[in-house]
Amino acid sequence: MGKRVGMEVSIAAAEAVKQCNVDVISAYPITPQTHIVEHLSELVANGELDAEFFCVESEHSALSVCVGASAAGARAFTCTSSQGLALMSEITYIASGLRLPILMILANRTLSAPLSIWNDHSDAMMIRDCGWIQFFVENGQEVYDHVFISYRLGEDRQVLFPVIINMDGFILSHVIEPIELIEQEKIDQFLPPYEPLYRLHPDRPITMGAFALPSIFAETKKAQEVALRSSYPKILEVWEAFGKMTGRYYHPVETYKAEDAETLILTMGSIGETASVAVDMMRKEGRPVGLVRLRLWRPFPFEALRQATLHAKNLIVIDRCVSVGGPGGPVASEVRSALYGEDKKPFIYNFVAGISGRDVSPSDFMKMVDRAEIEIEEGKRDGYEIYGVRE
Amino acid sequence: MTKPEYEWTWKEIPVGNVILEPGNASQYRTGDWKTLKPVLNKELCVHCGLCYIYCPDMAYNLNEEDYYIVDLYYCKGCGICAKECPTGAISMVLEKEEE
Repeated sequence: MGKRVGMEVSIAAAEAVKQCNVDVISAYPITPQTHIVEHLSELVANGELDAEFFCVESEHSALSVCVGASAAGARAFTCTSSQGLALMSEITYIASGLRLPILMILANRTLSAPLSIWNDHSDAMMIRDCGWIQFFVENGQEVYDHVFISYRLGEDRQVLFPVIINMDGFILSHVIEPIELIEQEKIDQFLPPYEPLYRLHPDRPITMGAFALPSIFAETKKAQEVALRSSYPKILEVWEAFGKMTGRYYHPVETYKAEDAETLILTMGSIGETASVAVDMMRKEGRPVGLVRLRLWRPFPFEALRQATLHAKNLIVIDRCVSVGGPGGPVASEVRSALYGEDKKPFIYNFVAGISGRDVSPSDFMKMVDRAEIEIEEGKRDGYEIYGVRE
Repeated sequence: MTKPEYEWTWKEIPVGNVILEPGNASQYRTGDWKTLKPVLNKELCVHCGLCYIYCPDMAYNLNEEDYYIVDLYYCKGCGICAKECPTGAISMVLEKEEE
């Protein structure tokens, strides 16, 4: 068993990147991602990590450098938040279209305006369809672990996709947590060196990033879509292998006291830990409430979600992003789509909660459950509310 | 490419849409963009080669009789050759529909 130490989650993430022996790091500092990149630049400057560290002039360039590096066969890492991701967004679609297994940690932060540095998922939702494998982790240990998982997964010849680890800004990035570090020998066994399928090399010229005529574009997108969906069993496989190594097993959809629950709360990210406290409190009162946590956002785990939720009477989906003028929050909208075709399914109530760092406490979850249960009982079928807004 | 792009199925496309065979842009028929095609009057041609030099698509090639002849598979019909020809030997005429 590895050493268990107290460290800031951002530092743990950077240490994991170092343990993966990356070749190229390119990032532009933005709150709350900064500590990860700062620590990596120190590691490179001190000679502890033999990698190229590119100080670029923008996030657009940061990911562009990673695309170039990955195309040349390097293991590349970047990291951003919010407005930085917005500037980078053009290149996110290119990285996945070219099937380059870059890793990005996204320290989730609100998109402006109004300007805010605090945490929610509006940045991640902006690039929902960018074609990367996307995880939402819940605590520092999961961030650390998923760095290894992501490289092994993304670089697998049967996957070859870039991966995003979504970790909540400040709530995770700036908090000191106990992290169980994994010995380097074990990492070296778990994560073999990157062997690219195709790479830019003068000895064997190929073209990457060519244009596609309308007569072939649809075929390229179908190939990409099928490949991303087909990565699902590989994700399970890599999680299983990681579990065997560390004893920490991960699943696309995780449940807590959900089997016999009448009302389920569904969360993504760190807010799930608070929700589990609320579930315990309500269980003590004898209320059959449970929790479902969505860890894998893309490829979306349709079947696992159905298995975890279909038996319940009510499903309260917590979104951390407003889809302005849309069908409720983006998570709820996808959950509805996933369950729509089922004959017997729970009533869905959608709360947008904790946007831009507004605290959501266990008692808030209890209030949300109360409200949803009453309103569903009264016949409301499309409950949607931005929770906790002063009237 | 062993066959034109409109015959490829999604299963045949290399990962990341990589093009493994260099130079396959030569298979791209840009000639079907045009409405006007250049026609050469050999009586007026002085073999200066300006059409060849100016052609942005390198569609002109020298034939065995030392005339520069346009390859209509690539010619987009831009008319630069006709504009630059110092003797007015090239005229742009409407392509017939059967072509």
